[in-house]
Amino acid sequence: MLHIKNLHASIEDNKILKGINLEVRPGEVHAIMGPNGSGKSTLSSVIAGREEYEVTEGSIEFLNEDLLSLSPEERAHAGIFLSFQYPVEIPGVSLTNFIKTSMNETRKAKGLEPYPAKDLLKKMRDCLELLEMDKGFLSRSLNEGFSGGEKKRNEIFQMALLEPKLAILDETDSGLDIDALRIVASGVNKLRSPKKSFVLITHYQRLLNYIEPDYVHVLFNGKIVRSGGKELAHELESKGYDWIKQELAEV
Amino acid sequence: MEILDKITKSDYKYGFTTDIESDKAPNGINEDIIRLISSKKNEPEWMLQWRLEAFAIWQEMKEPEWANVTYKKPDFNAISYYSAPKSKKVLDSLDEVDPELLKTFAKLGISLDEQKRLSGVAIDIVVDSVSVKTTFKAKLAELGIIFCSMTEAIHEHPELVQKYLGRVVPRTDNFYAALNSAVFTDGSFCFIPKGVRCPMELSTYFRINESGTGQFERTLVIADEDSYVSYLEGCTAPMRDENQLHAAVVELFAMDGAEIKYSTVQNWYPGDVNGLGGVFNFVTKRGICERNAKISWTQVETGSAVTWKYPSCILKGENSVGEFYSVAVTNNYQQADTGTKMIHLGKNTKSTIISKGICAGKSNGSYRGLVKIGPRADNARNFSQCDSLLMGDGCGSHTFPYIEIANKSAQVEHEAATSKIGEDQLFYCNQRGIPTEEAIALIVNGYCKDVLSQLPMEFAVEAQKLLAVSLEGSVG
Repeated sequence: MLHIKNLHASIEDNKILKGINLEVRPGEVHAIMGPNGSGKSTLSSVIAGREEYEVTEGSIEFLNEDLLSLSPEERAHAGIFLSFQYPVEIPGVSLTNFIKTSMNETRKAKGLEPYPAKDLLKKMRDCLELLEMDKGFLSRSLNEGFSGGEKKRNEIFQMALLEPKLAILDETDSGLDIDALRIVASGVNKLRSPKKSFVLITHYQRLLNYIEPDYVHVLFNGKIVRSGGKELAHELESKGYDWIKQELAEV
Repeated sequence: MEILDKITKSDYKYGFTTDIESDKAPNGINEDIIRLISSKKNEPEWMLQWRLEAFAIWQEMKEPEWANVTYKKPDFNAISYYSAPKSKKVLDSLDEVDPELLKTFAKLGISLDEQKRLSGVAIDIVVDSVSVKTTFKAKLAELGIIFCSMTEAIHEHPELVQKYLGRVVPRTDNFYAALNSAVFTDGSFCFIPKGVRCPMELSTYFRINESGTGQFERTLVIADEDSYVSYLEGCTAPMRDENQLHAAVVELFAMDGAEIKYSTVQNWYPGDVNGLGGVFNFVTKRGICERNAKISWTQVETGSAVTWKYPSCILKGENSVGEFYSVAVTNNYQQADTGTKMIHLGKNTKSTIISKGICAGKSNGSYRGLVKIGPRADNARNFSQCDSLLMGDGCGSHTFPYIEIANKSAQVEHEAATSKIGEDQLFYCNQRGIPTEEAIALIVNGYCKDVLSQLPMEFAVEAQKLLAVSLEGSVG
């Protein structure tokens, strides 16, 4: 589904990614872990198509298509969803209106008619329930005055509605208390299916207690330095990132 | 990175001209021209005298220079002050309207028939200087409502016109008000009798068609005791290289317990991407509130090369309420200096000002507002919120609030915020499948929500579209 080959990317001449290789197949959940500044968020931004980042080498294919030639919205239409680490506020735009626009633009790109309002509303209610969110959310301005936990829940809520093929969750666990983490994780788990894939970007192992990954990768200094099963996450948690750094130094 | 840099061309959709024969006065302004206008309109002697006095006042006045705009002052002798679509006879039904003119309205998206049938809006249309058609007149007449062209009002209801004309905006008020008083050619007149709630939106549509002409319309709305009216005006003009002058005067009278809601969607031609051409929009609008009365101004200003406009309320009566809701968009080389004046004279008077400026391109937008609390205005309250949204870094936004308080019990609040459409917001929308142009429209409409929600429903939708069109191409 997603093939990343020898990806190099930089921002304002700072090289951040220095040769990433990653393959995600349908239905898989990959966790990407790493210390601060290792390039985790850059990777998610580059996949989603943020313009500030320049890809200097390598390729990304998504469903056998060259992802790097697509605009951010075309990538979204193709089925890529990024749950933001810091979701933005858009004052005066209700969540309902935002989601309606988002879903209908996606349908328009596929040559489909707008979603019937009644069906959309029902779908929204179902997804609200999934994330234990209050109906009042729908009429609030997008992320305006939302707590950190509410913003993250809202990201997963949109993910549930948009039904992406590949969802990248960038530090979704940061700023969440235990209850919110449990709700978000159970939401994600309910959305897992053999056709959908997830990339979880996280600093801590905590999230992976709730969402069990198939693979864990350690990102360090712009490269994936180690890959393994979920036990790798436990090892990291007990030994800390210094362990990886030391090992690399020895090599 | 480049997202907010590129400023491209946005097209003006209403830039066609209509091939209608028109009856046009020679260029220039002098007493003879004023006599000509008056005689063309077959006016009574009092009206002519009123105009001539205004002209004398105007000659003594200087064009104001305090506004935060720069432009080449119009040559008042290069303008024709009267232009009428040539069709002599009085029109009784739409069938008699010049078909070319009807086509114009169809292009504007306001087929008269459709308007009549579907929206239940009574509409008066002023092309160049003359009112073409007032629909729904008979239906309104049953309720005693008078809704007609100014010319007609001068003939049919001289006592009302004489009583109210120039009473809120005197001829001596300012340079452009004096000029308008001398040469105004038409406009709308509206009278709502005591206790009547006008059952439909009243609407006037203004259009400048002829080149080398100015448009000087005069609008008078009188809401008698305990009556209610909602009034909407819309404006467009063709694309021309020259600057056209539009200097209107609007006067509102809200008697005891009356309410007037006055909405404007102004989309005069703004000039091209290089700042060539466009309408100079120098307008004086003011209303007076008696006891328990309310006047609410709502404006969506997207057009004109230069705008100079301050719809104001004189809160004379106790418990009267004034409101001003404004969205002013400037793009390319447009300049706008707009705001309001809230003059609190009576006790327990309240005013609200919500102003939302949006600047893009190389444009310049200013909010200028006065809140004045008189010595007898006990417990007066005002709340002002003046926000600006900047797109790109070639534009400028300014706020000039004036607050004068002569009564200790007054409560005046002023809030202001300036923000930019962030690349973060655009990327977020893009990531959710929303292309940049649509994202801007979404963000801007959200930003203006408090103002747009004040517009009558069907016009709110139009205004949203207009905002999107005005800002098209403002972000690359």
